Amino acid sequence: MKEKLIEIRKLKTYFSTKRGILRAVDGVDFEIYSGETLGLVGESGCGKSVTARSIMRLIPEPPGKIADGEIWFKGRDLLKLKLEEVRRVRGNDISMIFQEPMTSLNPVFTIGNQISEAILLHQNISKKEAMVQTVEMLRKVDIPMPEKRVNEYPHQLSGGMRQRVMIAMALSCAPQLLIADEPTTALDVTIQAQVLDLMNSLKSKFGMSMLMITHDLGVIAETADRVAIMYAGEIVEYADINTLFANYKHPYTYGLMNCVPPIDREIDRLITIAGTVPSYYKLPQGCRYHTRCPLADDKCYFQKPEMKEVKKGHKVSCWHYKEVENLKKNGIQADLLKSKGSK
Amino acid sequence: MTKEEVLIEVKNLKKYFPVKAGILQKITNYVKAVDGISFYVKQKEILGLVGESGCGKSTVAATIMGLEKATAGSIEFEGKNLLSLNKKELKKVYKEMQIIFQDPFGSLDPRFKVGDIIGEPLIIHNMVKNKKEKDERVRELLDNVGLSSEHMNRYPHEFSGGQRQRIGIARALAINPKLIIADEPVSALDVSIQAQVINLLKDLQEKFKLTYLFIAHDLSVVKHISNRIAVMYLGRIVETAEKRTIYKNPLHPYTQSLFSAIPIPNPMVKKKRIILKGDVPSPINIPSGCRFHTRCPKAMDICSEKEPIFKDYGDGHFAACHLLN
Repeated sequence: MKEKLIEIRKLKTYFSTKRGILRAVDGVDFEIYSGETLGLVGESGCGKSVTARSIMRLIPEPPGKIADGEIWFKGRDLLKLKLEEVRRVRGNDISMIFQEPMTSLNPVFTIGNQISEAILLHQNISKKEAMVQTVEMLRKVDIPMPEKRVNEYPHQLSGGMRQRVMIAMALSCAPQLLIADEPTTALDVTIQAQVLDLMNSLKSKFGMSMLMITHDLGVIAETADRVAIMYAGEIVEYADINTLFANYKHPYTYGLMNCVPPIDREIDRLITIAGTVPSYYKLPQGCRYHTRCPLADDKCYFQKPEMKEVKKGHKVSCWHYKEVENLKKNGIQADLLKSKGSK
Repeated sequence: MTKEEVLIEVKNLKKYFPVKAGILQKITNYVKAVDGISFYVKQKEILGLVGESGCGKSTVAATIMGLEKATAGSIEFEGKNLLSLNKKELKKVYKEMQIIFQDPFGSLDPRFKVGDIIGEPLIIHNMVKNKKEKDERVRELLDNVGLSSEHMNRYPHEFSGGQRQRIGIARALAINPKLIIADEPVSALDVSIQAQVINLLKDLQEKFKLTYLFIAHDLSVVKHISNRIAVMYLGRIVETAEKRTIYKNPLHPYTQSLFSAIPIPNPMVKKKRIILKGDVPSPINIPSGCRFHTRCPKAMDICSEKEPIFKDYGDGHFAACHLLN
């Protein structure tokens, strides 16, 4: 029986802006078990990065504010901890790697310095010992000649190498949970393959859990055990990886699965999702996806759908989830381009 | 394949950028961004040019469009070598070639209204007599790309990334070019918006009988839209073939690793992946012999000594690799 490592309940993170309150994360629930990878999938602006940063308590207050919710980790609600206690968790028990390795590394410090800094913050050892551990970490992330590279600056490394340095930094204190926010999006596909391979192998070596945030379903298929699909600040579908790909039930998931050209088949037209994400200042009162959904009707306009457990471990938030099977069969094109409905 | 069928042909094109150092700013080295590439694009065909960052594909686009000056080689458009034409003749040729850029935020002048952005090429090439004609044409173009005429009087910042990319496409279509160079036109967009723009580009190609040079790093997108594909690595083309052929039978180890690196959205498929070791070498310091040999899982001794020749292995399937001999 797997143990729950972290549980997020009803998380709400809002931002105060001149134009009003921006509800970036608006009631999100999920959990991650020991040793597993949970994928958090969605396009830009859906709130996945804000969710990750909320877990790490990296939301600037003001203008942000974690308005509600609980994050249970090792018997404590992270949202109730004082910042000093949060610092002991951050980088130590829960670590994070970001999308843009260049902007996440300090350009004026050597990579050795930056990794050692993380180690020294959490362990009571000498600088020399920290450097020994640093070189070891660089070796573990497959950086050749680590004793030499330890003295290099970020700009001297390629994108793939910088991401490995970020991974080394994040793993330097052997965290139990690694949050990876679009870790390979900025990398070339051959380097992405290297980095994903590395992350998977380190995950087993360290016995870690991972929260893998991405918009790329291919990356998810290769790394995740379970998946949460996010749209406009909410989770719309939640399932284990095989169930999701074989039997997804949300119309947005249908859109995501079908809008990327498959490499192994030829199709004439891509199935598209009409329109764009609604403004966070003027969110629909009912289902947030209804403005783009081919199955939407009046009920969707007025009433927010409830999250329903259609099978053990498979949850969907949609009034018409049963009809998604028809979409899959008929390949309905949700392309409103010709009716000039696109915004 | 007749001479008439080819719209544009690039022969042994080179573009080197000098590296200057020291107080006297002496040239110490060259970034060999494009180091001898040859390809052609037939009328009404889509040639996909694919490669990872730093391989030189954007430099190819810029050099063909005259935004960068070629160091060597030739660019023949409808049989005329662009590098030997004067300014007046060049202007006539550029009327037939337009470019769509990657960055939907940087490629539109924020101070111009959308109507003026799209109308500018019409004015430069004297294709409209007055404002009324220009506005009419702009409305037509907006309609072609799925936007509406009311958008004419708005500014770029009022639009989303996908819409701005449509504006860029409308601008490229304005003067009825024969060739459109699309330099990573969808990379900066979300996948659901990418799909819309890809469908649009395909529709426009059919409707207006356009020829595309489609440049991107996303092999799935390139394979979907192109007829033929050319794979670039460190300033050279390593393989060119018709898309089904290059997918079913990639000859070059780099092409093989590119295809194998693409993560498949299907957890049941356990792919045997070819993981390349190391990073792409710097274009200032190109490896001896075959430039891919430092990362090639199948490299032999000859690969570090001799450059492989780009040869035809049947039916227009070209590749440069010693393993094929």
